[in-house]
Amino acid sequence: MTAQVVTISSGKGGVGKTTAVANLAVALAMEGDKVVCIDGDIGLRNLDVVMGLENRIVYDIVDVIEGRCKLRQAMIRDKHLPELYLIPAAQTRDKNAVSPSDMKRICDELRLSADFILIDSPAGIERGFRNAIAPADRVLVITNPEVSAVRDADRVIGILEAEEKHSPALVINRLNPDLVKQHDMLSAEDVLDLLGIQLIGIVPEDEAVIVGSNRGTPVSQDPKSRAGQAFRNIARRLKGQEVPFIEFGNRQSGLWDRIQKMTGRR
Amino acid sequence: MNDLHSLVQIKGLRDGLLVSLTDAPWEELQAALLLQMDQQPSFFQGARLALDVGAQILHVNEMVELRDQLSERNVVLWAVVSESPTTEQTAQLLGLATRISKPRPEETHFNSGDQNNETALFINKTLRSGTRVEFPGHVVVLGDVNPGAEIVAEGNIIIWGKLRGAVHAGSKGDGNSKVCALDFAPMQLKVSEEAVNIKKEKQILGPVVAFIRNERVVVESWKFS
Repeated sequence: MTAQVVTISSGKGGVGKTTAVANLAVALAMEGDKVVCIDGDIGLRNLDVVMGLENRIVYDIVDVIEGRCKLRQAMIRDKHLPELYLIPAAQTRDKNAVSPSDMKRICDELRLSADFILIDSPAGIERGFRNAIAPADRVLVITNPEVSAVRDADRVIGILEAEEKHSPALVINRLNPDLVKQHDMLSAEDVLDLLGIQLIGIVPEDEAVIVGSNRGTPVSQDPKSRAGQAFRNIARRLKGQEVPFIEFGNRQSGLWDRIQKMTGRR
Repeated sequence: MNDLHSLVQIKGLRDGLLVSLTDAPWEELQAALLLQMDQQPSFFQGARLALDVGAQILHVNEMVELRDQLSERNVVLWAVVSESPTTEQTAQLLGLATRISKPRPEETHFNSGDQNNETALFINKTLRSGTRVEFPGHVVVLGDVNPGAEIVAEGNIIIWGKLRGAVHAGSKGDGNSKVCALDFAPMQLKVSEEAVNIKKEKQILGPVVAFIRNERVVVESWKFS
């Protein structure tokens, strides 16, 4: 098998990159795929916390790069899902400890033995971001329905296009249908209208996500959570399946059809 | 093989190094530059590097590769200066500067040449936040201009799409310049030296043209005639 390398990026911090990586990884592993997550945020790691694997870290990605351990030794197996692994970031170093070609080398080594490699990009558009996108086959740009997050997403998409990476796909995170209805939040259509890239998923605002992140059990394991459902749908779309978009609340029908049309999905 | 030092010239600038390349094949130049760096790593460590590539035409993948190679040697590429508009555009797309503090004589010549306003730059995509396009002629965009993007043209600016960013037509003082867009809600608009305050509530729907009349910028709905 040859893994697909997917980088999750956003530009702005705090929009949910790490949460999305953890949830997509869990959702893919639940479907039976072998998934390796790489925390690209050297110096400010937290994918391990969200996945609940903090206390199992012995070696990290910088140890692999600097030859202190084998790649296998830095791969931490998940508590529940045997096909899910995490390669943690180093906490005591900075982004310059890793280069784009190091990331490419590690991913190429992993490609043969996994189905998906998910990379959590740090915020910003500097070295750490360059490292995270260097090996990517696909980039998911995640944004919140807020003007500042959308602006940063636009910048990131511009950079990805300039580097001639495969066209990125968009995840709109933390959409609150009630606020949209009151015209107090950008709607998914507003965001798509500006960014004009393919939409791969909309995740509704859901308190269970925060609870799950704090407990180290990503919400996509919870069959009742709406956000969990949204992440599971994105995971299936990543695998190339056609999954209809969820309707949130009692919004007027036809909206999702229009969104799907705008993004080329029918 | 050519002597390394005749292929690549390195000078110190106030704020970094300026590397001037000849017009030898790109692979040779890149190899020569990287070899020189590997021979004197201490000299290049942590340097800010500007690259003068002359008339070389460079595409995105070549420039990205060089930038990554340099960054692995702990050297930051911050500017690419070129006589070729294609190369300049590539550099701008990657967010690199295309002017260094001391303008080169050829460059001013390029700007003051009589090709002024006779040529147009055609951009076949959406300009996203953080992109800045500067051109000594007209600019035509087939796509949107998003918030945070900027166009400065000495001639007209025509946008076949939505205008949401900042545009400046007639940047060298040509008061006959116009800005046209299919959908008009710019963050900033300037024609020659006149700026307009865009009021959100007074948006005009449909295609729009902005130009100077009686020393003021007026924004009108596009009339077919």
